[in-house]
Amino acid sequence: MNDTATLPRRAAAGEATLLDEHIVEVISDSGEGAQRCGQSLGAIAARTGNGIWTTEIIPAEIQPPARSVAGASGIRIRIGAKRVTNGGDETDLVVAFNEQVLLGRVRAGELKPGAQILLESMWREHRDPAVVRSYTETVERLRASGFRVHEVPLEKECRALVADPRKGKNMFVLGVLCCVYSFDAGLGREQVALTFGKKEGKVVAVNQGLFDAGYAWAAQHLDFRYRIPAVRATVPQIVVNGNTALALGVLASGMDICAMYPITPATSASHFLSDVFEKVGGIVHQAEDEIAACAFAIGASYAGKCAVTITSGPGYSLKQEGIGLAVMAEIPLVVVNVQRGGPSTGQPTKVEQGDLLTAIYGSHGDAPKVVMATADIEDCFYAMITARRIAEAFNTVVVVLSDASLATAQQPFPRPVFDAQWLAPPVDQTPVPADRKPYDWDEVTGIAQRFLPGQPGGMHTVTGLAHDRASKVAYDPEINEEGLRHRSLKVAALQKTLKTPPVFGDPDGDLLVVGWGSTKGVIEEAVGRLRDEGLKVSSLHLTFLQPMASGIGDILRRFRSVLAVEGNWSDRLDDELIDADNRRYSALAMMLRSRYLVDVDCWTQSRGQPIKPSSVVAALRGRLAALSVPA
Amino acid sequence: MTMPVTQCLIRLHEEHHQLEDYQGGVPRWCSGCGDNAILTAVQRLCRDEGLAPERTVFVSGIGCSSRFPHYMKTYGFHGIHGRAFPIAQGVKMARPDLAVFVNTGDGDCCSIGAAHWIHAIRYNMNLTAILHDNQVYGLTKKQASPTSPIGTKSNTTPRGSYLQALNPLTVTLGVTNVSFVAQAVDWIPELLYDIVRKAYLHRGFSFVRILQRCPEWLPKQFEPWLHDPGKTLLLTHRDGLAVPPALARTYRNQVEHDPTDLDRAREIASSTDPIPVGILYHNPAVPCYEDVHGVGEVRTAEQVRRGLEAEFDKVTVWPQGGDGARAAA
Repeated sequence: MNDTATLPRRAAAGEATLLDEHIVEVISDSGEGAQRCGQSLGAIAARTGNGIWTTEIIPAEIQPPARSVAGASGIRIRIGAKRVTNGGDETDLVVAFNEQVLLGRVRAGELKPGAQILLESMWREHRDPAVVRSYTETVERLRASGFRVHEVPLEKECRALVADPRKGKNMFVLGVLCCVYSFDAGLGREQVALTFGKKEGKVVAVNQGLFDAGYAWAAQHLDFRYRIPAVRATVPQIVVNGNTALALGVLASGMDICAMYPITPATSASHFLSDVFEKVGGIVHQAEDEIAACAFAIGASYAGKCAVTITSGPGYSLKQEGIGLAVMAEIPLVVVNVQRGGPSTGQPTKVEQGDLLTAIYGSHGDAPKVVMATADIEDCFYAMITARRIAEAFNTVVVVLSDASLATAQQPFPRPVFDAQWLAPPVDQTPVPADRKPYDWDEVTGIAQRFLPGQPGGMHTVTGLAHDRASKVAYDPEINEEGLRHRSLKVAALQKTLKTPPVFGDPDGDLLVVGWGSTKGVIEEAVGRLRDEGLKVSSLHLTFLQPMASGIGDILRRFRSVLAVEGNWSDRLDDELIDADNRRYSALAMMLRSRYLVDVDCWTQSRGQPIKPSSVVAALRGRLAALSVPA
Repeated sequence: MTMPVTQCLIRLHEEHHQLEDYQGGVPRWCSGCGDNAILTAVQRLCRDEGLAPERTVFVSGIGCSSRFPHYMKTYGFHGIHGRAFPIAQGVKMARPDLAVFVNTGDGDCCSIGAAHWIHAIRYNMNLTAILHDNQVYGLTKKQASPTSPIGTKSNTTPRGSYLQALNPLTVTLGVTNVSFVAQAVDWIPELLYDIVRKAYLHRGFSFVRILQRCPEWLPKQFEPWLHDPGKTLLLTHRDGLAVPPALARTYRNQVEHDPTDLDRAREIASSTDPIPVGILYHNPAVPCYEDVHGVGEVRTAEQVRRGLEAEFDKVTVWPQGGDGARAAA
C-alpha cells in the first residue's frame, strides 16, 4: 500500500475496507480543539448506530509547553459495529497536530504497529530549522518503523476559509475523518451545527465550510476508506462522561445538597452540578476542606435531606472520621469516590482501583457501610439513585466507587425516562408517638426509623458516642454490643435483597475471572475473545462489594480456578522475597478468599492507564496454561 | 388569612414553654463548672424567646462543652472533634426553618476546628455559636489549649506553656464577613443571659466567647477577676448591653462602645486585663450564605423532571433521521 500522501490517489467508490471496529485518536497541544473534534466524531458514529467509547487524553499540566511530548491533549474514540464497553487496545489511526505530541503516544506504546498517522505537515516549512529537522526526522523514523504516515496540510487548507486556522482545523479534521470512515457528510454537517448550536449562524456556517473542505480533501487525497457496519439506533441516547452521569444521577435521585472540595478527578461532577443544580432548588457547597464537606453533608442529611459528598482518594481518607460518625449515628449519607492513583497524592489524573479496602473497612472501629462500584457510564447515573435510596432505607453510609477512567470516558446509553420514585419523600414532620425511641432497632433487620428535627415529640441528641435506644450515652457492655449488632444487621438486611450477579459465559468451566468497577467491559471483552476460541472461561462482575450478594461462593466453586482482575497493586510471585506467606493479594481477591475460602488468585495492573483487553487475554492464557489447558 | 381569637389563644398556650421543657439529661459537668451557668442562660433564652423544642437544634463537637446538647430537651447533634461548625451549617442549609446553635470549646473551636471556625465566620450563616472557653482541655484531663495564658502548667506543659494565648475575639474580628462578636463571663449570669440573647437575635453568625471556670483543672484561673470587679470592663451602648443598676454599682469600670465600630472593637478585644464584657461588634447588614447561595423553594417531582429533561436534551443523540432538528432546537 502506498504510504505517503505525496502521491495522492483517488480512492475508488466502494473500496472502503469493512471493519468490526477501529480506534481513532486526535491529539494536539492544549487548546487546539482536538477533544471537540473527537466528541463530534463520536456523536456522528453514535447517531449512525455504531458503538463508541471515548477517552480523553489529558496532560498533567494546565498549560504544558507547546509541541512537547508530555503535553499531548486529545481524545481517543473506539468505534465498533456493536456496543463498545471499553477503550480497547492500541490505536489504529491517529491525527496529530504536531510530531511531538505524536511521539508521546508512540513512546507510550499506544499505537498499533503499522497504524495510520495523519500528521499536520506545516512544520516541514517552519522558519526554525530545529523544528523542521525534528519534524522530518520523526516522519522518517516513523515510516521506517512501519507506521503509515500521511502528511496533511491542515492549516494551509484551512487558511483559505478562516483567519485563524489554528482554531478551525479541528472541524477540517472532522471532515477528513468522516470521509475516511464513510460517515454520511450530511450527518456530519448536522453535527457541526449541533456542536456550535449556541453560537451565531455565521460560526456554524464557517465550521461547516471547514468540515466540507476536510471531507473533500480526504476524498481527493487519501487512498483508504473504512466502513464500520452500524445498526441504526432506534432510541434516543445520551452521550456524557462518567462524572456528568454521576451529577445527572444526583439530580435524578432527589438529593439537593452536594458538599465538596475540589479534587482531581472528581471535581468535574461538581462543576456540572454547580451549573444546573440551582435551577431545580439544589446547591453545591464548596466547603473549606474535605472534612468540612463531609460534615456539612452529614448535617444536611441529619436534618432530613440526604446529601452527597463527591471526592477522590486523598479526600476520602480525610472524610473517614465523618463517615464513621454517620455510621454510628445512623445518618444516611452518599459518598462518591472517583478513584485515582494512590497512595498519598499518587497519580491525580490516572486511573486506579486502589480504594476498595479503605471504602469497606475504613474508619476506626467496626463501621459497617455499603460499598458499590460503577461499571460503566450508565451505571454512574443509576448508581446515585440506588445509593440515595439505600442510604435512606437503611440509615447508613453508601460509598459509590467510580474512577478516573470512567470520569472522562463517554459511552452512549439510552436516555433515562424519569420516574418520580427516584426522588426522596418529603421530610417527615409528623409528631412522634410517645412510646417511640430514636433507635428502636428492629430485632431482625437492625433498622430504626429516624426522628427528624421538626418532628414534635422526637427530640433527642444524636451522638458518635456509644448510645442506647433512647440515644443516651451509654457505656454498658450490653448496650455497646446491642448497637454494634444492629448496625451490622442492617448490612445483612440489605444483602438479603441483592440478586446474585449473572455469570458472563457458562456457569462452570476452567477459569472464572472476577472483577468490579470500570474493568467490567475490558474483562468481558477478553473473556469473550477466549470463549470464541472455545476456552472455558467465564467472568463475574460485582456491583455490590459490601455486602456481597448471595450465591457468589457457589459460582466461584463451580470453576477449577478463580482469578480476580483489578486495577490495583498485588505482589508478584516472581519477586524473590514474595511467597505464599507474605504475598499481598489484590483487594477483591482478599475479600473473596476470606469470605468464601476459595483459593482466588489475582492479576492486577496499576500503570495509571485503563487495562487493555489484550493484556487481560494474555494474563488469562497464562492461567489456563498453568491449569494445563492448551490456550 | 386571619385566625379566630380563641384559636390564637389556644396556639399561644400550646407554644408557651416552661424551663423544664428545655431541660434534658442531668448535667454531668463538675460542680462549679462554668458550663452550668451557660446551660441555664440558654434554657432561659429558649423559654423567653419561645423556641419550639422540636425546631431547635444544638450542635456540638467534642469536649466538656460539647456535652451541652445532651442536657437540652431539643434536637441535638453531638458530633466529632472540631467539626461542629460544618455539621451545623449543613443542618441550617437543609433546614433554614430550624434555630441552630453551636456549642464548642477552646480546643474544639480554636485548635482542631480552627479552619472551620474561620470559614464559619466568613459564611455568616444564621447560627448562634457559643465558645465555652475555660482555657484548658478538660475531658482529656488538663492539657494546655490554644487559649491557655503563657506559663499555664498542665500535663503537656509541666513547666508552663510556651506560647502566648490565642485571642479568639481578635481572630474572629479579623475575618471577612464577621457580623457579631461578644464576650461574656460565666460568673455574671445576668449579662451572660443578655449577651446570649442578643447573639440569638442577630441574623447571621453570632460568635459569643464565654470565659468559663474549670474548677477541676484550673481552679484559680479567674480568681483575680472574681475578686476585683474593676478588672472587668463592661461595654455599654444603647444598642448593646442593658446593665441592671445593681450590677452597675458593682462593675463600675464601664465604657461606652458603639458595636458598629470595628476598629474600636478590635482594640477592646485585644485587652485581656481588664476583661471586656459585652457586644464588641454587630453588623446586621452582612449577607447570610444561605440567602445568597441557598437551597431554593421546595422541589417538586415536576421541577426535577423538567430540570433533568433540559439537561438530557443537551446531550441526547437522536436516532439518525429521527429528531435531529429537535435536538438542534
